[in-house]
Amino acid sequence: MKVLLSGNEAIAHGAHAAGVTIATGYPGTPSTEILETLSRYEEVDASWAPNEKVALEVGIGASLGGARALVTMKHVGLNVAADPLFTLAYTGVNGGIVIISADDPGMHSSQNEQDNRYYAKAAKVPMFEPSDSEEAAFLVDEAFKISENFDIPVIVRTTTRVNHSKSLVDVDIERVVKETGYEKNAKKYVMIPANAKERRRLLESKLDALAEFSEGFSGNRVEWGSRHIGFITSGISYQYVKELYPDASVLKLTMTYPLPRRLISEFIGQVDEAIVVEELDPYLEDQIKAWGLQVTGKQYIPNIGELSPDIIALGLGSKDEEVEPSGEDELPARPPVLCAGCPHRGVFYVLRRLKLIVTGDIGCYTLGVLPPLESMDTCICMGASIGNAMGIQKATGRKDVVAVIGDSTFIHSGITPLIDIVYNQGVSTVIILDNRTTAMTGQQDHPGTGTTLKGAESRELNLEKLVRAIGVESVRVADPYNLKAVKQVIKEEIEKEEPSVIIFRRACLLVEKSNAAPFAVNEKCNGCKVCLKLGCPAISWEDNKAVIEPSQCTGCEVCVQLCKKDAIVKYQ
Amino acid sequence: MASDVKNILIVGVGGQGIILAADVLAQVLVSTEYDVKMAEVHGMSQRGGSVNTMIRFGTKVYSPVIEKGKADYIIAFEQLEALRWSGYLKPGGTLIMNSEKIKPLPVLLGNAEYPADIVERLKQKNIDLIEVEADKLAEEAGSKKAANIVLLGCLAGFLPIGKEVWHSYIERRVPPKTIEINKKAFDIGYGLLVKAAD
Ligand SMILES: Cc1ncc(C[n+]2csc(CCOP(=O)(O)OP(=O)(O)O)c2C)c(N)n1
Repeated sequence: MKVLLSGNEAIAHGAHAAGVTIATGYPGTPSTEILETLSRYEEVDASWAPNEKVALEVGIGASLGGARALVTMKHVGLNVAADPLFTLAYTGVNGGIVIISADDPGMHSSQNEQDNRYYAKAAKVPMFEPSDSEEAAFLVDEAFKISENFDIPVIVRTTTRVNHSKSLVDVDIERVVKETGYEKNAKKYVMIPANAKERRRLLESKLDALAEFSEGFSGNRVEWGSRHIGFITSGISYQYVKELYPDASVLKLTMTYPLPRRLISEFIGQVDEAIVVEELDPYLEDQIKAWGLQVTGKQYIPNIGELSPDIIALGLGSKDEEVEPSGEDELPARPPVLCAGCPHRGVFYVLRRLKLIVTGDIGCYTLGVLPPLESMDTCICMGASIGNAMGIQKATGRKDVVAVIGDSTFIHSGITPLIDIVYNQGVSTVIILDNRTTAMTGQQDHPGTGTTLKGAESRELNLEKLVRAIGVESVRVADPYNLKAVKQVIKEEIEKEEPSVIIFRRACLLVEKSNAAPFAVNEKCNGCKVCLKLGCPAISWEDNKAVIEPSQCTGCEVCVQLCKKDAIVKYQ
Repeated sequence: MASDVKNILIVGVGGQGIILAADVLAQVLVSTEYDVKMAEVHGMSQRGGSVNTMIRFGTKVYSPVIEKGKADYIIAFEQLEALRWSGYLKPGGTLIMNSEKIKPLPVLLGNAEYPADIVERLKQKNIDLIEVEADKLAEEAGSKKAANIVLLGCLAGFLPIGKEVWHSYIERRVPPKTIEINKKAFDIGYGLLVKAAD
């Protein structure tokens, strides 16, 4: 039976069919729905790890224990998990390990668009790139077999368009689960130099065998058409090429590390001109050129951003310069905004008024950089805010540096830099915006919520106790809806000659709906616009007065505290 | 071989029920043995940003994305988004537009104007504009929340698929308590075209 599945649902389906019993990862667009889908199968132990490194390490343990393990993350997550990955290539596996690296060309919701295909090459592990959901399901299933047959972890690299596009998938694959069992083997799994040197040599011979496998792998195939032009392509770009040039010859590469050198060379030899069409970096092109073969690619196809059929057609000259339909570029943009009633809003309002240096982090709260709040100075990667604050404080000698970090992000990678502040005698203030969820990626639970991905009640990580144990003595908890308290606590803590942590705690309204009555603006409004400085989507400016849309207002009362005219009152 | 692929673009603002409408549409198309692909962009769009879903169907579909100037139909859940995306419509294509207006943040803050001439600008284009007061019609059906299904019904009038098929997939997808309201909302949307033709 064929069913319409997203790439992520298909990956989950393929993993289930492959008999995966342990699946772990950390949320991150565009990968998040893979584990959410897998968590619905009772027979799969699916969990959110605190970060990607831990996820991969758990996956390695599961593999050693004999289970097939799936580990999922977005592209930048693999940076975090890179340390275990590189050595895992040496040890190899017991049960198969498949790592999903979900890249985000075009940065739909990411801080960079790194091309993770290089990780496969750098870590020396095989990589597969699906072009649609059906192939994603098939490849994940295959990848587990390959992982076990070659005793090596496998990366399945997807991109946003594959993860989040839906296409038809044959779902009649049966789940096969293999026996699990642990066997001690220190020479294989203890990577002291003596053992690692041996495994290093073995890895090279595995790669030779994998390169040979790649030559005959069914996913690496030629679709012959006119021999005038031959396209070499992989992933979503394959679909775009087929859409544009249905009559051309195409070498579709699905296993993109190691590459099938003979297949590629023969293909190039049989077409007049070979063109590589690939998103982001010239990963394929550079390798093919390094073999001394004649191809072109990036001279026509941009290496920045997501591709589309139009961009490819323009690059290759099969379409004329685009004529922009008139006028639609000057329309007011519709940027994402913090929701009405978002507990993050008031904190940023206050931070802006206090004119502090605010090192930021990644989550919904990063929207605090946009107008009208505009109160964030940095955003590099998850957890960076705390180290950044310490560095700025040390370099400038200023005390008024605060780090702002979400609860999920703090647990992901904020704990070690906080230890650094304490240990190396920093005095920065760290603000944890504890909205009791991982909101940005769609409200996933995390250790601080005390509920697991499978919905089980667990132990709740107590942030206050944790930061005290690290050695922070000044720890404050306050309600972010109370602007006076927010301001006072921040002012007091930045004055202190010691590290301090402020936890602003209130649940995200997408997790705990508000029952509070909405507010409205009465005739006392004098049009001072102070409430508009909150950037709340429930408040608008009409005929020189503020207006609150009752159906949008959540009754958080943050704007009420700002209004000097008492013009914001309960909606009747 | 000329491609028989048809392109439908659904645009609006996060939280308007676009995903549900697109899911029903996609399931109905799958049931009719077409090859179907659908592209969505998640992420920041959840926070009140501009949202789009692309659906392509035909004998064989490769790319999941619709290019500018190639959409056969656009359903716009909101006026500004209708204008923003109108360049995706092919010449002579059909734009089904909800008359709803949702102000984006720059407008809410008084830093930008919500264009007052959207309908005129759209009428100047070589497209077929169908304006639908979907929120009002949905209220007639029993709930404003069914506006997405009114718009879907309106589109359905253009596709060669029986009403019963649509009903059966609406039944499967919406909360049980709202099935009747949604079916009614669908019928109202479906009926609009017939009326327009009179
Ligand atoms: C290494 C890495 N993993 C995952 C992500 C995706 N991601 C961005 S922010 C975020 C978590 C946000 O949660 P939290 O810190 O609680 O803030 P909130 O969105 O709830 O305000 C995630 C998972 C990322 N950017 N980098």
